[in-house]
Amino acid sequence: MAGHKEIDAVTGTETTGHVWDGDLKELNKPLPRWWLYVLYACIVWAIGYWIAFPAWPFLDGYTRGVIGYSQRNEVAKDLAAAKEAQATYLAAIAERTPAEIEKDSSLMEFALRGGGAQFANNCAPCHGRGAQGFKGYPNLNDDDWLWGGTLEEIEQTIRNGIRSGHTDSHESAMPRFGIDQVLTTAQISDAATFVLSLSGTPGDAAAVERGKAIFDEQCAACHGPEGKGMREMGAPNLTDGIWLFGGTKADIEETIRTGRGGVMPAWDGKLDPVTIKMLAIYVHALGGGK
Amino acid sequence: MTPMEPVSKFIHEAHSGEAAPGVQRIDVDAVSSKELRSYYASRQPIYPKRAHGTFRSVKWIVMAVTLGIYYLLPWIRWHRGPGLPDQAFLLDFANQRLYFGPIEIWPQELYFITGILIVSALGLFLVTSLAGRMWCGYTCPQTVWTDLMIAVERFWQGDRNARMRLDHSSWTFEKIWKKTATHATWLAIGLATGGVLVFYFRDAPTLARELLTGEAPVVAYVFMGLFAFTTYLLGGIAREQVCIYMCPWPRIQAAMFDADSLIVSYKGYRGEPRGPHKKGQTWDNRGDCVDCKACVAVCPMGIDIRDGVQLECIQCALCIDACNDIMGKVDRPRGLIAYDTFRNLDATDASERRPVRFVRPRTVLYSTLIAIVLGIMGWAWMTRSAVEVSVIADRNPLFVKLSDGGIRNGYTLKILNKRHAAQRFSVSVDGIAGTEVAIVGHEARNGPESDIVVDADAVRALKVYVTVPLGAKAGLSGGSTPLSFVVTDLESGAQVIRDAAFRSPGP
Repeated sequence: MAGHKEIDAVTGTETTGHVWDGDLKELNKPLPRWWLYVLYACIVWAIGYWIAFPAWPFLDGYTRGVIGYSQRNEVAKDLAAAKEAQATYLAAIAERTPAEIEKDSSLMEFALRGGGAQFANNCAPCHGRGAQGFKGYPNLNDDDWLWGGTLEEIEQTIRNGIRSGHTDSHESAMPRFGIDQVLTTAQISDAATFVLSLSGTPGDAAAVERGKAIFDEQCAACHGPEGKGMREMGAPNLTDGIWLFGGTKADIEETIRTGRGGVMPAWDGKLDPVTIKMLAIYVHALGGGK
Repeated sequence: MTPMEPVSKFIHEAHSGEAAPGVQRIDVDAVSSKELRSYYASRQPIYPKRAHGTFRSVKWIVMAVTLGIYYLLPWIRWHRGPGLPDQAFLLDFANQRLYFGPIEIWPQELYFITGILIVSALGLFLVTSLAGRMWCGYTCPQTVWTDLMIAVERFWQGDRNARMRLDHSSWTFEKIWKKTATHATWLAIGLATGGVLVFYFRDAPTLARELLTGEAPVVAYVFMGLFAFTTYLLGGIAREQVCIYMCPWPRIQAAMFDADSLIVSYKGYRGEPRGPHKKGQTWDNRGDCVDCKACVAVCPMGIDIRDGVQLECIQCALCIDACNDIMGKVDRPRGLIAYDTFRNLDATDASERRPVRFVRPRTVLYSTLIAIVLGIMGWAWMTRSAVEVSVIADRNPLFVKLSDGGIRNGYTLKILNKRHAAQRFSVSVDGIAGTEVAIVGHEARNGPESDIVVDADAVRALKVYVTVPLGAKAGLSGGSTPLSFVVTDLESGAQVIRDAAFRSPGP
């Protein structure tokens, strides 16, 4: 096409020299120059980018770029900055008792938010996102506490766990009355009927009578003569409407037959003391705290 | 590439003869006019000649006022109280507040901004239907900054003829320094424009110091650079092309015109037939237009107003000044080019021409709409409460059974204190007899909770637990019982009541 210089009569513009269908021609309208220069500028920019930033992959790594940028480092920097911003609060929480923290509204707000985030990460798998609990995993919103619901008691439970193997763990075991053949099936049924009657569910009077005798002999040592439970043993109050392993007669019979003993890990060592303190404050503020 | 227009075309005018005694005929093409504008040609530069007269003066004043507002507004101080910004006009996105003097707008009140935008749009409609493209001609930032850039160009390079000569001369030292000075000044103006823009978003004196010491946020420099560049590009380089090719407003405006709208127009009925006028010749049987093209030479858009109303015309009225000047010289009445209506322009007979009517269905409609929107906004502003409360019920769990058989619900209560002073509130619950209220962090468990302090200009979220003890369960109906939170402002006694529901296991 060299040397071709046909000028279109209508527009006064050069054509490309391509002809279709005998007479159909194309005007030669190249990209505007500034546009072309932007393209060239982008190419130059891209080369600079390859040099400055991580770009080319190898089998065992990649080019690092001369300015040493890395997204991972940016995240680390952001996290460090966040840590630094939290530092004064965390230090204040570390040196105060939970009760003192509750009195300082800004510290309390920080503890509640931090505790909430940690709860979602660490506790929610068993206790539920809203701490509402499931069968065998206690609801932390209510006012029924197996091992105590004061700030100190909650903090201690989180730190040391329950039947966790930690040296300071809460320990207790409910005997397997059925499996170990301490009680017969009929005796278990009577005991369950009596236990239900403690929280106001009426049952066969004779069965209740028989059950009470069994209860006094086998259960009262831990659950107390009136069935109100015993904090030191982690033995639940049987007279209220809250049942960790279910409140039907069948559930209670199953509980007596097999014994019960949930396990909660000790968070001492897994979480730092400040985090545990914030968790205790959060759980205490869920509404049931004593 | 299109071949360049011959240079001689532009520098002829000194030899192009007289249009009338003492009136030079300017050899100028209306490069943006429909006939001359080719879709295939590059832009031809426009060299607007300096105009003198009433409208030029008005435009200088408008420029001074609008630029003055733009550059100085962020520096005006407005004391609001400790801890609050003391800048009168501040768009504080970081803290989610907009400040306009005594007015402070929270994020949920953005409808006030919507209202202002609606009023602005309707105001634009009204002005356009009354007097055409006043906005485009006088106050549009594109017009104002372009006008400023042209003034700068004229300052360094001289008026129309000098600029054309300079552009078509070879690169002498004189050309280099004049062009450099022009572009440097444009860039400086752009930098000032971008620099001031960021002051609207952050405390101006602080940010000014930070900008100079290099401590300002990167985003401030980015926006400063962006607006410096666009001001330079759009006002200095692109100019009329922005209005002709980029702006949607010229396309929309035709819908607001009617036969009685005042438009900058050439009175063809007075001017035609046009032609040069010789000394001693009669003015009978000819128009007043001597075809001197003064109106074309001053036009920043490169059009010929005598072609009639056209999209390219921003109605800056400089042609009126230019023509009045000529009419004075040839001793004819001024106002050959003037604000006139379509009705008068289209009239075939002088008796049909009449003074403009400002009260028309269209203008009445726009005015009424403006009044209605302003009324609604005013009413909303007057009844705007200084305290707002919202109640969010816990959904996980919906309710908690307590060991004594009672039921407890949890709520998050948010109290907004829009006052510029800390405020004390009490919270109580109404609707179910015998409820017990506990607020996390507050000791008292019964009765109205007093002494809840919300800081100035802040939101405080409270966790509130409401318990219906076993003995009061008779007051519950079904799975959901209505109750309401009463937040009392302890200073004024004003109460805000918010309805909520108490959830329970059901009947």
